[in-house]
Amino acid sequence: MDTIKLTIDNREVEVPRGTTILKAAEQMGIRIPTLCHFELDGLALENRPGGCRVCVVEVVGRRNLAPACITECMPDMVVKTNSFRALNARRTVLELMLSDHPNDCLQCPKSGKCELQALAADMGIREIPFKGQQSQYAKEFSPSIVRDANKCIMCRRCESVCHEYQSVGAIGAVERGFPAVVSTAFGKNLTDTNCVLCGQCVAVCPTGALAEVDNTGKILRDIANPDVKTCVQVAPAVRVALGEEFGMPPGSIVTGKIAAALKAIGFDYVFDTDWSADLTIMEEGTEVIGRLKAYLAGDKDVKIPIMTSCCPAWVNFYEKFYPELRDYPSTAKSPQGMFGATVKTYFADKIGIPRKNLICVSVMPCVAKKYECEREELGVNGDPDVNYSITTRELARLIKICNIDFNSLPDAEFDSPLGASTGAAVIFGVTGGVMEAALRTAVEVLTGETLPRIDFEEVRGLDGVREATIPVPGVADLKVAVVYGLKNARTIMEQIKAGECPYHFVEVMACPGGCIDGAGQPYHHGDASIVKARHAAIYEADRNMPIRKSHENPEIQAIYKEFYGKPCSEKSHHLLHTIYFDKKIKFDID
Amino acid sequence: MAVKMHILVCGGTGCSASASHEIVAELNKELVAHDLTDFAKVVVTGCFGFCERGPIVKIIPDNTFYTRVKPSDAKEIIEEHIIKGRKVQRLLYVAPDTNQSVPDSKHMEFYKKQLRIALRNCGFIDPENIEESIARDGYAALAKCLTEMTPEQVIAEIKKSGLRGRGGAGFPTGLKWEIASKSRPGEQKYVVCNADEGDPGAFMDRSLLEGDPHSILEAMAICGYCIGASKGLIYIRAEYPLAIHRLQVAIQQAEEYGLLGKDIFGTGFDFEIELRYGAGAFVCGEETALIHSMEGKRGEPTFKPPFPAQSGYLGKPTNVNNVETYANIPVIINKGADWFASIGTEKSKGTKVFALAGKINNVGLIEVPMGITLREIIYEIGGGIKGGKKFKAVQTGGPSGGCLTEKHLDTPIDYDSLVAAGSMMGSGGMIVMDEDDCMVAIAKFYLGFTVDESCGKCTPCRVGNRRLLEILTKITDGKGTMEDLEQLKNLSAVIKDTALCGLGQTSPNPVLSTISNFWDEYVEHVVDKKCRAGQCKALKKYVIDPAKCKGCTACARACPVSAISGTVKNPHVINQLDCIKCGTCIEKCKFGAISIQ
Repeated sequence: MDTIKLTIDNREVEVPRGTTILKAAEQMGIRIPTLCHFELDGLALENRPGGCRVCVVEVVGRRNLAPACITECMPDMVVKTNSFRALNARRTVLELMLSDHPNDCLQCPKSGKCELQALAADMGIREIPFKGQQSQYAKEFSPSIVRDANKCIMCRRCESVCHEYQSVGAIGAVERGFPAVVSTAFGKNLTDTNCVLCGQCVAVCPTGALAEVDNTGKILRDIANPDVKTCVQVAPAVRVALGEEFGMPPGSIVTGKIAAALKAIGFDYVFDTDWSADLTIMEEGTEVIGRLKAYLAGDKDVKIPIMTSCCPAWVNFYEKFYPELRDYPSTAKSPQGMFGATVKTYFADKIGIPRKNLICVSVMPCVAKKYECEREELGVNGDPDVNYSITTRELARLIKICNIDFNSLPDAEFDSPLGASTGAAVIFGVTGGVMEAALRTAVEVLTGETLPRIDFEEVRGLDGVREATIPVPGVADLKVAVVYGLKNARTIMEQIKAGECPYHFVEVMACPGGCIDGAGQPYHHGDASIVKARHAAIYEADRNMPIRKSHENPEIQAIYKEFYGKPCSEKSHHLLHTIYFDKKIKFDID
Repeated sequence: MAVKMHILVCGGTGCSASASHEIVAELNKELVAHDLTDFAKVVVTGCFGFCERGPIVKIIPDNTFYTRVKPSDAKEIIEEHIIKGRKVQRLLYVAPDTNQSVPDSKHMEFYKKQLRIALRNCGFIDPENIEESIARDGYAALAKCLTEMTPEQVIAEIKKSGLRGRGGAGFPTGLKWEIASKSRPGEQKYVVCNADEGDPGAFMDRSLLEGDPHSILEAMAICGYCIGASKGLIYIRAEYPLAIHRLQVAIQQAEEYGLLGKDIFGTGFDFEIELRYGAGAFVCGEETALIHSMEGKRGEPTFKPPFPAQSGYLGKPTNVNNVETYANIPVIINKGADWFASIGTEKSKGTKVFALAGKINNVGLIEVPMGITLREIIYEIGGGIKGGKKFKAVQTGGPSGGCLTEKHLDTPIDYDSLVAAGSMMGSGGMIVMDEDDCMVAIAKFYLGFTVDESCGKCTPCRVGNRRLLEILTKITDGKGTMEDLEQLKNLSAVIKDTALCGLGQTSPNPVLSTISNFWDEYVEHVVDKKCRAGQCKALKKYVIDPAKCKGCTACARACPVSAISGTVKNPHVINQLDCIKCGTCIEKCKFGAISIQ
């Protein structure tokens, strides 16, 4: 390899050509602070504008200071990361940033998780020498995301994610000079833009400029209300991430503690979204088999590829960008939606209360789910199937508010009848998981034979686009693709539009690596090893399950027997399937 | 009968604004009326440079130079000068020193020390007529390059000439072309002309494009030949409508003549040029920001490397040069690198165009050889300070430059000497200040400009410059402290050291150079709460001299805030706490009893 030698802080180091000063210093144990710089290694997510200037270092012989994050090492370069000149400049830059910041850390949603706050603490900022004008923007609310532009430090991470990663482009820098800030076109509310509410902007924002809508207060009030019963469902990815909020190592599986905590908080019924993930496989799998058979039989009207529809940001994406292709995704509701529809009918009847008196809450790794709850078609006469959703982070806060020592909680079980699940359900939380779960069921149904091997390794992994050919003996070679990141989904949609899509079945997740890095998960601050640990934990949870195929879940078999009849029956069509709308945004520029 | 006389009328933006097109119409009307259309011809040209006295009409061949011409003067010009051969005395330029009228441009101090290379055709040819350009060697250099020289030879010639970029930083042009030519050979490349002139008071590029668009097109084609590009783009601000119009006409004519387009001169070389319009953001003069703007993205700079030569427009190798740089290219090819290199100083060859403005008698556009002194420019070409006031400073390099003082007047100016003196060449703005200018207010003015024009991408420029401006405002408001001055210095140094692009890195220069050259004035503002130039309103104090005041009450009656008290026939007094410093009292006082302290 072509390497070069240079000196950083009086020590020599050899690095491959093209290495930045930041990376070279990092490998020597020198931690140069950064703010705008963001990289999620191996998940193709990065932001390197070199704009915040916090990482400036002195390069001997250079006229001005160099931003370590984007300056490449040169042979024989002499770098000083802690010379007075560099330190003074870095401090001044930080003071400038803070001089246009509300500094209301006590009531900030990012407090304790804020990178700006942490840097100010590390640098020992005691006062801000600069007084002057401060940005005065109004807070903006959407069903999922709160924007407080006064806290924007123009790092542009959100912009990069929104444009480069998701190809959505709902937010970007507007204005120039001091008023420059990240905002929407014409200052419109996020809901009136192309925003799909994936929330990845929230996930990468170093400050409190972007945060989730907080629903923890609603939960406490509903639990205290004697007139209603409360039930809660927990999404697969939550159980491999929540532990981080309580100091556990990334990848800790805390399923039992979550069930115990939710019971301690006071929910009347603690259920599992994994249960409805199995239900989703029954419905979506049946739909896949039906469409595929028709397609293979030569039916020209059938839409192939069939696409998954459990990611709410992805649903928003095709409704806003490709409404003309909205017949391709499966009509199956998301697991959250299927759970809500079942609990408000079957379960409310079972316990003998009107649906309005049963509050259904979901715990999701996601902020887009909050919007999904508000979809009119996912409710009856204004009563939502799922009343509202909270994120993994909100659950952590709720646990703390309720005086629960999470780490010492003994494990508990989910309640029945909507609590049992399989390994196929838990892998919904990771990219490729829905595909694999569907294959475990669909291939068995199509061939009528038990799978010799249920680990579909070929659809696993953390590459943004993965494709595989799954031989289904006697039927066809099934061509499948798994993508995450909506930019990759866009590529598939364009293929479909051009009539060049080679796949039969496509899984799409908006977030990097799937729900494990959903926008509602504990902040990883660009540490990809955290995401990878969650990824591994999901498959470990799968392996630990006694049953690993959705159609073998006894509670699922029971509900079909007792309530739905069979997959894609009339009743399930009514309750477990949905329709999509043309939500293309048209900007009127007058 | 062949045309014997040409009546050149300036059609630049300045003279057009003074209705020079009406002069043209009147002149033509008179020529028709006197049946002289075969004898004399009216030509609308680009800028003559002597904008102070526009509109300008020049008669060729005798070089008679008429100033401040009005449409109603057309009849006299035709009847006296064209028909009878008698110069219209009252329209001639009168030299302020001798008070004598000057018969022709060759004897005007304004032109004597100028050397017009880039501006060679401005004020000579009709920019909307390609044949006039061709008659003055237009496209001859392109022909020579395409038919007699290899790209390497052309680049070697440009390198040998010592030409440096005229946009501000002075990077050697030949070297820039060489890098672009060697970058990713065989790929689509682009030649870009940076016509996003943004310095306050600067109009060099605009005048060049309005007066001689073909030279720029020709040079771009030569550059395309050298670096292997078939496409050129001119990024020009939409607020230059006349320059845009002339470029459009020029491109169309060049295409019709086969001088742009496919297979130029039958050599197989293709080159086409398109215009791209900017919205007038100063930062888009920075080449990476300019490229982003052309791509339809937000006009903001990115870190270099990669340089445009490596990855520019649409990610392709791109060569960006300023208008004036291109204007020098054809002459260098035609007359040779040695000739060009014989002009100027050791490290700065050729000439530089400056837009001379401010408190100077001859405001206008000038082109001078490198190495000339500021004294020659200000006192000889510029005709000295307006109103006989005392010279105080000259700002070069626009908002990125610095203020030079009396002690710099005899320094031969080139890229390096200006930097050494604490300023820079910049694109060529030159603004002269006299004793009535407050240097703190001047620094504040320039900083106000950069604060408005910062793109907001990097923290030091976005927030730091705003804070600098706030400190300066505090000082001019009479609320500054010595600590503020220290903070001004530290913050300026940090912004220079940390900002992302040239705009931010140079934005504190006006502050730093005024601090270093006029420290006393800053201290006066802070400690004595005094502005010696009387420019800082908050520091002005209006006082009535009791010895001169007759007690007429005129001032007290006129004062809009009733800040003046006193009884009839007794001296009046201004209550300083109420006074809003509007100056009405001074205007009303017939006895000169009120003064500003």
